[in-house]
Amino acid sequence: MAQMTMIEAIREAHDVAMAADDKVVVFGEDVGFFGGVFRCTAGLQEKYGKSRCFDAPINESGIVGTAIGMAAYGLKPVIEIQFADYVYPAYDQIVSEAARLRHRSNGDFTCPLVIRMPTGGGIFGGQTHSQSPEAIFTHVSGLKVVIPSNPRDAKGLLLAAIADPDPVIFLEPKRLYNGPFDGHHDKPIESWKKHPQGDVPEGNEIIPLGKAHIQREGADVTVLAYGTMVYVAEAAAEETGVDAEVIDLRTLMPLDLETIVESVKKTGRCVIVHEATRTSGFGAELMSLVQEACFYHLEAPMIRVTGWDTPYPHAQEWEYFPGPARVGEALRKVMED
Amino acid sequence: MGSDTAPLSLNVPEPGCRPGDTPDFSDFEIPRAGEVGRPEVDVDPDSIREMAFSIVRVLNKEGDAVGDWAGALSVEELREGLRHMLTLRTFDARMQNAQRQGKTSFYMQHLGEEAVSCAFARALQPGDMNFPTYRQAGLLIASEYPMLTMMNQIYSNAEDPLAGRQLPIMYSSKEHGFFSISGNLGTQFVQSVGWAMASAISGDTKIATGWIGDGSTAENDFHAAMVFASTYKAPVVLNIVNNQWAISTFQGIARGGVGTFAARGHGFGIASLRVDGNDYLAVHAVAKWAAERARLGHGPTLIEHVTYRAGGHSTSDDPSAYRSKSEAAAWPLGDPIERLKQHLIKIGEWSEDRHAQAEAEILDTVISVQKQAEAVGTLAGGKAPSPRDMFEGVYETMPAHLIRQRQEAGY
Repeated sequence: MAQMTMIEAIREAHDVAMAADDKVVVFGEDVGFFGGVFRCTAGLQEKYGKSRCFDAPINESGIVGTAIGMAAYGLKPVIEIQFADYVYPAYDQIVSEAARLRHRSNGDFTCPLVIRMPTGGGIFGGQTHSQSPEAIFTHVSGLKVVIPSNPRDAKGLLLAAIADPDPVIFLEPKRLYNGPFDGHHDKPIESWKKHPQGDVPEGNEIIPLGKAHIQREGADVTVLAYGTMVYVAEAAAEETGVDAEVIDLRTLMPLDLETIVESVKKTGRCVIVHEATRTSGFGAELMSLVQEACFYHLEAPMIRVTGWDTPYPHAQEWEYFPGPARVGEALRKVMED
Repeated sequence: MGSDTAPLSLNVPEPGCRPGDTPDFSDFEIPRAGEVGRPEVDVDPDSIREMAFSIVRVLNKEGDAVGDWAGALSVEELREGLRHMLTLRTFDARMQNAQRQGKTSFYMQHLGEEAVSCAFARALQPGDMNFPTYRQAGLLIASEYPMLTMMNQIYSNAEDPLAGRQLPIMYSSKEHGFFSISGNLGTQFVQSVGWAMASAISGDTKIATGWIGDGSTAENDFHAAMVFASTYKAPVVLNIVNNQWAISTFQGIARGGVGTFAARGHGFGIASLRVDGNDYLAVHAVAKWAAERARLGHGPTLIEHVTYRAGGHSTSDDPSAYRSKSEAAAWPLGDPIERLKQHLIKIGEWSEDRHAQAEAEILDTVISVQKQAEAVGTLAGGKAPSPRDMFEGVYETMPAHLIRQRQEAGY
């Protein structure tokens, strides 16, 4: 075990995968010589050479489109979109091609591909450095969608994504790159180096896709969260004294419905938290699934705490970001019924 | 607010000929056969810039093969090429008719464009990968892909290799170097570059070919493909099939009034040229040149195949609504089958009788295969793929939610 930041854990996952399999190739804007604008691919080009890790032109559709061709050839591309906010030019390639290749060719061609992208807000990123577009991927059949919340998971889930035979959208909450963040922006930031989940196992140890993690056990209410919201929910539980069970979903597709249902049946209450805008967000799917599976166990209406249905603002960062106060309010409210 | 200049106006290009007009191709510049020379395969793209404004042609009006690009094919290979083109045309006609009879929902013909894919296929090696559009079935025909399998796909019957999941003609065959066709235009052009990059990354000797129509060059992925092919010097042959029409839209809407589609390669430093798409010998020679260039590591080539979409866009299209009915007949590069036939007769290796006999034999074969396919089933009846199949292959392993949905659907 070694203490790592999420950035180091992601870099390490690349390193382990590239050492184990020379079919793994890494590319994207600034990922080569420079090692990525967030340092997630630092040193890989020097270690594995330019044909394994290289810089790409600024063309997201080109990055994903060429990677699909490479995957069809038999390589295992692990590519980076610099910010999730910039994935839209590649949406056609992701939705119409990567997601459907296996199905439409009846397995004649497949697309084992990992598309990494920094996601989420809380960094004064404004409209195009803060978005959480997970719902536009969970809606697409054929894609897997993963979002880790800590260094240990980031490494294990990325290794699982690379080993996976299907295309995986790998969203990295950039707010969590250097340390956990509970939404208290006025407090100094703790580094992952002092956090138990910054303890990362050596080697090629995967964390299977499709398995949630119970971040905090509790009896009163189930909180469904992922990414940065896991720590916000944890803080809200501590601050309100509500004994919330915080589930870090880790994989949105395929979803660990079993863990969710078991928890909600135990607590009888459910709060869903995500940074993304509310309407048609992934929270709506979670709410529907819980309603279908746990209707007779629910003691109160479910509540969603999400980003507002507005573009992500700059100056109003902390009025937009669903912080511990808003989540805490939801925890109290759901306990009133 | 006053202004010293006249009001601006929007330029919207129009084709020279609409329904009821007399076709006029007098502005269409065609060099004589043999006029454009054959450069070395390692040529510097800058030094052949004029090739993007001319047309490589081998067969002249008299049916002689002339110039540097002639002589690459044996008589046997030429007769085989003629057979492939005749097969594709016959196949098209039968499937077009099958659609009219309700045996399938949809079909797209290659009428007039048979040489492009049939001749190109014969310049590739096993293991190379084509990234075709929906109008290069000649790549399959000329690679001896089973016609029965093609028909089973078109009929979406129980023997459809794609299990009924795909629209007719969206074939896929990794074994025959034919990448899965997608309905989304242009996407495969950049994927071909990625496949070629993968071959280079792996130290392989295989090459890729990308295919796109004139209309789809306006898609963003055309640009992306050119950038990536140029930057990484990918071993890829990028083909634009300029058949003058994108459904009802003439090629000037995609291209504007200046330059050629091939000339677009110049800005990317890609070796770019045009070829007579109705000249089997020219298409094959140029394809072979570009394939060799790619295989030897000299980088990508952009080829504009100049041809004419003689048929409707698809079975859902009526071209008489937007272009003259006599335009195809007036097309100055003629018909690819007629031209190869004339050449073979000219050199004493073919005859009208042999041609008629070949046509009859091919028709018999296609009809007999069609009977086999229809005995399995068509969209209208017979043995269909299992509805259970639509849940398969979304992922390698079916996730829990799909298993639940499959059970909900009753399978």
